[in-house]
Amino acid sequence: MSTSLSGPGSAKQAPGREPVGSGLPRTSRTARNHAPITATGLLVKVILLGLTAGIAIWAAFPLVEAERWIGLAVLAATTAGLFYLYLTRRHIPAKYLVPGTLFLIAFQVVPVLYTASTAFTNFGDGHRGSKDEAIVAIQTASVKQVPGSTQYPLSVATQGDPATGPLVFLVTDPQTGAVSVGDAQGLRQLDPGDVTVAPGGKVTAADGYTILNFGQASSRSKDITELVVPTSGGALRSSGLSRAYEGKAVRGYDAGCDCVRDSETGRTWTADEETGAFVAADGERLAQGWKVDVGLRNFARVLTDPAISGPFFGTLVWNFAFAIGSTGGTFLLGMFIALALHSPRMRGTNLYRILLILPYAMPSFAMLLVWRDMFNTDFGLINNLFGLGVDWFGHDWSARLAVILVQLWLGYPYMFLVATGALQAIPRELTEATLVDGASPWQSFRTVTLPLLLVALSPLLIASFAYNFNNFNAIHLTTEGGPFPADNPTAGATDLLITYTYRLAFGAQGAQFGLAAAVSLFIFTIVAVVSAVSFRRTRKQEEVYS
Amino acid sequence: MTSLSGAPVAGGTTGAVPAVNRNSRRSRWFAQVGWRHLVGVLAVAFSLFPILFVLSAALNPLGTLSSTELVPTGGVSVENFTGLFDRTAFGRWFVNSLVIAGVASFASVFLSALAAYAFSRMRFTGRRVGLLSLLLIQMFPQFLAIVAIFLIFTTVTDLWPAIGFNTPWGLLLLYLGGALGVNTWLMKGFFDTLPRELDESATMDGASHAQVFFRIMLPLVAPILAVTGLLAFIGTINEFLMANVFLTNTESKTLAVGMFGLVAGERNNNFGIFAAGTLLTAIPTVLVFQLVQRYIVSGLTAGAVKG
Repeated sequence: MSTSLSGPGSAKQAPGREPVGSGLPRTSRTARNHAPITATGLLVKVILLGLTAGIAIWAAFPLVEAERWIGLAVLAATTAGLFYLYLTRRHIPAKYLVPGTLFLIAFQVVPVLYTASTAFTNFGDGHRGSKDEAIVAIQTASVKQVPGSTQYPLSVATQGDPATGPLVFLVTDPQTGAVSVGDAQGLRQLDPGDVTVAPGGKVTAADGYTILNFGQASSRSKDITELVVPTSGGALRSSGLSRAYEGKAVRGYDAGCDCVRDSETGRTWTADEETGAFVAADGERLAQGWKVDVGLRNFARVLTDPAISGPFFGTLVWNFAFAIGSTGGTFLLGMFIALALHSPRMRGTNLYRILLILPYAMPSFAMLLVWRDMFNTDFGLINNLFGLGVDWFGHDWSARLAVILVQLWLGYPYMFLVATGALQAIPRELTEATLVDGASPWQSFRTVTLPLLLVALSPLLIASFAYNFNNFNAIHLTTEGGPFPADNPTAGATDLLITYTYRLAFGAQGAQFGLAAAVSLFIFTIVAVVSAVSFRRTRKQEEVYS
Repeated sequence: MTSLSGAPVAGGTTGAVPAVNRNSRRSRWFAQVGWRHLVGVLAVAFSLFPILFVLSAALNPLGTLSSTELVPTGGVSVENFTGLFDRTAFGRWFVNSLVIAGVASFASVFLSALAAYAFSRMRFTGRRVGLLSLLLIQMFPQFLAIVAIFLIFTTVTDLWPAIGFNTPWGLLLLYLGGALGVNTWLMKGFFDTLPRELDESATMDGASHAQVFFRIMLPLVAPILAVTGLLAFIGTINEFLMANVFLTNTESKTLAVGMFGLVAGERNNNFGIFAAGTLLTAIPTVLVFQLVQRYIVSGLTAGAVKG
């Protein structure tokens, strides 16, 4: 990684071992700091900082309006920090690192940390929000029409696309004639000037809303039935497409016993803060629960639940084989072809390059699907071409071979590209010198070219390994983890840990983000340890080479 | 890698011994150049046959998977292409993809180059930790973070609709989050191969660190900027998971999201249209590759930097 190619003078230092100060002489650092300020530099700086200030002010208004003071504080601190950083003459490395790091923190680190934190909760379907939200959901879901419920003329409308946009109810109060708009958040009265009401009370037009006609409404009748508008006395629900009623909630929360009581049957469900659910005496749970911290229970479940830990080892071994096979195979093939084409006597290398790179230019998700179809037993291209009748995805080893072959096809142009780049960076003098000294081409490759290639490419190889270790698309879009053994439909022969987790966490039982996050932390640990170890090994090698 | 071709030997013999018989000359040609062409041709065949299959499917007038052969036998038609534009918003998706991928790759190469310069040329506390964490953060299974990203952008959409869901700007910001990463490593590796004497002498002559970066380093690493730009462009145009969550309006979709919708339901029947879309999707990438080809080929630091 170091300056291995740049000659004996700078090659001695081992950057990164310790804070190496010797690389840059003190004088040069001071010289940089005292370089004269140029007019262009100053102008660019003023413009960029001005833009930053402008964006910050633009972003601040909605924050103030929504009274999100923490967000505003973060924004102000970030902007002030940026101004300080680019106006001071110190902290030169930070000037180069901060722009990318800001994005990295906001859109990668924060989501990853947030995901990791959910591993300690029961976050998932039925456990999404707070306890209060769960209570509101239980109450509104239990709304029933009772004798004496108020009936409203109803129009269904949306602010978006009639086929997909979120729906609202436009209802007219039969007593006052006032028109209100209602969605899952509640009921809001509209300005009488903005709406047109037909005789009978039905709203026919409203500013800012598209009223669904009968056909549109009936095609979305399921959404309409499910829309419940909470009101002070209960909730509004539709009955048919043109009438709504204000019903009463049958189930209500009783703070005294910390339970939900059904006023019709008298049954109660007591809140269980451990699991974040309302549980009846006989163990029946209400579907709506809330998010609670469950400590290490998700991790314990991964290790002890036989359905999860049982096939773990076999899957892990195949996962390693897949990652190493994909990375190693693409690297060897890519490097071999790059070496073959890297010769001053070769004609037409440009043409070869254009054609070779084509698999990389094709959209990979589409090509995965195409490959899957090419492996089809009945009308797949592979079987047609070679006159075979192999059920490729039906047997363990043929399926494994097939997915690695697909990865090879998709991945080797990339390795070819970077290997070509790295080869061109190796000064010809080095390899020529070995020939002058009488080395055979193979010796020269092994002792000079390959080490230098590995210096440039080893971080990429590790990254490629890490990527393939979790290559969700490669499996999900081709074999979907199959073939599955007859006795276990959850872990297939080509399943990677990540697709296996996906099925466990998002599968038939509904989303269990907490559990999935816990498993992914396990996977992350495995990949990180493997990468860190191999990274250390390559570092040691590099020091030998430099 | 002149070493494999045995260049000095070849140079010494050309024309030196006129009596060499044709056979041995041909076999020497094969040992030095011919096998390279053989490897190249085989590799090209491996690369091209699935693409040929897609091409054949795209031209297949029946447009179904089961009727597609490697070479179109049942006649050729452009029905699938016209169907693609008539029945779907393919044109819009195409423009969206180009804009997003173009801007994202340009910006991320720039951010990456800035960071690579600092990592390669400066020594500061946290340098090694920074480099390692760049590598580590990539290893977290990204699709699980999607739930978090969705929640974050739900808030963003409420506050700033201009960079929220269904806008190219929000997706762009999201992609820039991944700007530092593998590409930074790749660039740092190439910055490292440039001799330090180059920028040190410039510093001695009174250049500021910014001038060293923009005037000396960037031009020298232009080839690797082109390569990483290409990689970023391809990565962005193929990105599916995030874009699928982010873009739900037909009008704002990218190619990957839109095309996936085509075959999500009936793959066999839509296969011809899907194949046509796949081919058209590849065109911008191939063009970008053509554009940066000369940089990749021109040899990285040849001339400017002697080992």
